Amino acid sequence: MKPIYLDNNATTACDPAVVEAMLPFFTEQFGNASSIHNFGNQVGLAIKQARAQIQALIGAEHDSEIIFTSGGTESDNTAILSALKAQPERNQIITTMVEHPAILALCERLEKEGYVVHKLRVDSRGRLDIDEYKALLNNRVAIVSVMWANNESGTIFPVEEMAELAHAMGIQFHTDAVQAVGKLPIDLKRSKIDMLSLSGHKLHAPKGIGVLYLRRGTRFRGLLKGGQQERGRRPGTENSPGIIGLGKAAELAMQHFSTENNDVRYLRDKLEKGILAKVPRAFPTGDLHNRLPNTSSIAFEFVEGEGILLLLNKLGIAASSGSACTSGSLEPSHVMRAMGIPYTAAHGTIRFSLSRYNTLEEVERVIAAVPPIIEQLRKISPYWGEAGPVEDPAKMFAPAYG
Amino acid sequence: MWDYTDKVKEHFFNPRNAGPLEDANAVGDIGSIQCGDALRLMLKVDPATDVILDASFQTFGCGSAIASSSALTEIIKGMTLDEAYKVSNQDIAEYLDGLPPEKMHCSVMGREALQAAIANYRGEEWKDAHAEGELICKCYAIDSALIEDVVRTNNLSTVEEVTHYTKAGGACASCHEKIEEVLVRILKENSKTPSFEKTEPAPVPAAAPATASASSEKPKLTNLQRMRKIEEIIESLRPMLQRDHGDIEIVDIIGKNIYVNLKGACMGCALEAATLGSIQQKLFEDLGEYVRLLPASMMEMAP
Repeated sequence: MKPIYLDNNATTACDPAVVEAMLPFFTEQFGNASSIHNFGNQVGLAIKQARAQIQALIGAEHDSEIIFTSGGTESDNTAILSALKAQPERNQIITTMVEHPAILALCERLEKEGYVVHKLRVDSRGRLDIDEYKALLNNRVAIVSVMWANNESGTIFPVEEMAELAHAMGIQFHTDAVQAVGKLPIDLKRSKIDMLSLSGHKLHAPKGIGVLYLRRGTRFRGLLKGGQQERGRRPGTENSPGIIGLGKAAELAMQHFSTENNDVRYLRDKLEKGILAKVPRAFPTGDLHNRLPNTSSIAFEFVEGEGILLLLNKLGIAASSGSACTSGSLEPSHVMRAMGIPYTAAHGTIRFSLSRYNTLEEVERVIAAVPPIIEQLRKISPYWGEAGPVEDPAKMFAPAYG
Repeated sequence: MWDYTDKVKEHFFNPRNAGPLEDANAVGDIGSIQCGDALRLMLKVDPATDVILDASFQTFGCGSAIASSSALTEIIKGMTLDEAYKVSNQDIAEYLDGLPPEKMHCSVMGREALQAAIANYRGEEWKDAHAEGELICKCYAIDSALIEDVVRTNNLSTVEEVTHYTKAGGACASCHEKIEEVLVRILKENSKTPSFEKTEPAPVPAAAPATASASSEKPKLTNLQRMRKIEEIIESLRPMLQRDHGDIEIVDIIGKNIYVNLKGACMGCALEAATLGSIQQKLFEDLGEYVRLLPASMMEMAP
């Protein structure tokens, strides 16, 4: 049976039209965009077009505000380190507890180096407290970095409003928008957002290409030093096939914007309702009224995520787990913990993330596949009795760890 | 996805002896919901012969936790309690043709559940066996006795390995320093005197207060002698590091602080702190005074 891919927040399939657009740039269009001859010049023109396509997708005022990078992680690191380097008199960073590791791991290192990092908390639905944020803004803050939408729960943060507040205090604002671009309306010229990260492979472009949007006039210090590529802000010979592919993907994302927000949302809702109707003791996580249209994160109580994923995989269904047991670390996902999801549920959180390639037939297959899997695993769970969780699970089963 | 062996997959997809066991007369509950692994092992023991007639498990955990539980029940059925008590975590892992290193703790959990069940059958309190150690990992409630035991039986030498086997240090990581201390202590013990007559606990690393007594015994060195001595000690340790494709050089000596560069494979090695710690230990034993061994990068931060 054809496999079903519901892990699009991890990465997406490259659109065939994107691959087709890229192919000439591996072969006859191999020139270096910086060269003066025709080999280079044509590549340079194609890159210019790609830049315009991305500019249109995110509503940037100038095409020179688009800096090509290797992806989301590089863009995130560049943004934060730039803000610190350009404003040595400011030594604080405001971010959230639920950011991607590209932000959190960097902040952890910066903390060791003496910077002060404030991490905004989230409530049980994954929402920020704007008052807590306001209270933290001060003239020692170099940068605020808040993701546009969370990769695990799909919860959307009010970044435009937060950027206004930061701007009023003269603080740079960065947003990691890798999950939001192409799914949510973004018009940067009408916002006060100074920097934005996006990643190609989350929107049907290849891996290894991304963008840092940098508002004109924002003080900037590049991460790398070298040639004049990207106006000296990101040196290194352009990844021309990747850039052309990302340009094409941006164009397609604009065309499919309503598909993502209507058709994909419909399938996501159907999937979520279908599973919840059939599986007891399961609940969706995140802000259900304000989340990405493609993401459903469901916590299945008293079972562990990896087992679910292995059994789904056996049926050709790909999803991912909020349980970090699958990723080599042992605590459940920092996002689920930040939302205060109890351990009995956090370990069993499964994220289904759809794309425009998914079909109704696939969703129906998944709705049919999930309930028996949960039942099978609960049968061997010490927290589960004959027909439901054992009474007061924490007491009935209180294992010792010597 | 994990690189699970076919045997692990097979035991996960078709677990043997899963579910509650009626008339179980020995039960061992191990694990914690916090770390996402919990196992209840149930045995039916023949009171006359101490033979395990039947065994079953209930497990909340990942694929390899379920496979390890299943393997454990298969291994011990038919054994006497004394035989079963000797089953080690490696026996469980071997039965499954191996586990990924990050998942070795699943087999450790299996062995512990078995010991807990046997203790339960004999009316003993299993926890007592481990109550002596200092609590090292607060996230997973793992004490030094368990870590020492696992380090010794499996010949572990890195913090990462300890985490894979016991989970200790796998969450907040703030106990890595303490785990390194345990490792350094055991490694030192092994390399120095593998003697059985030692009745006292391993020598406690010389702490700062020992300086006074130590320096009063040894003649005071001149600055030059002291620097040469430090050079000599570091020089004598270089072959050890070079064997692992690393190296070390002294950059400066300022008072009690000795600044060094770790080179080659030592650079960025996860064990950097442990390496520096053990060299520092050697330095203050041989010099008879307390010194600090610091990476040269910290020179700028010095007052």
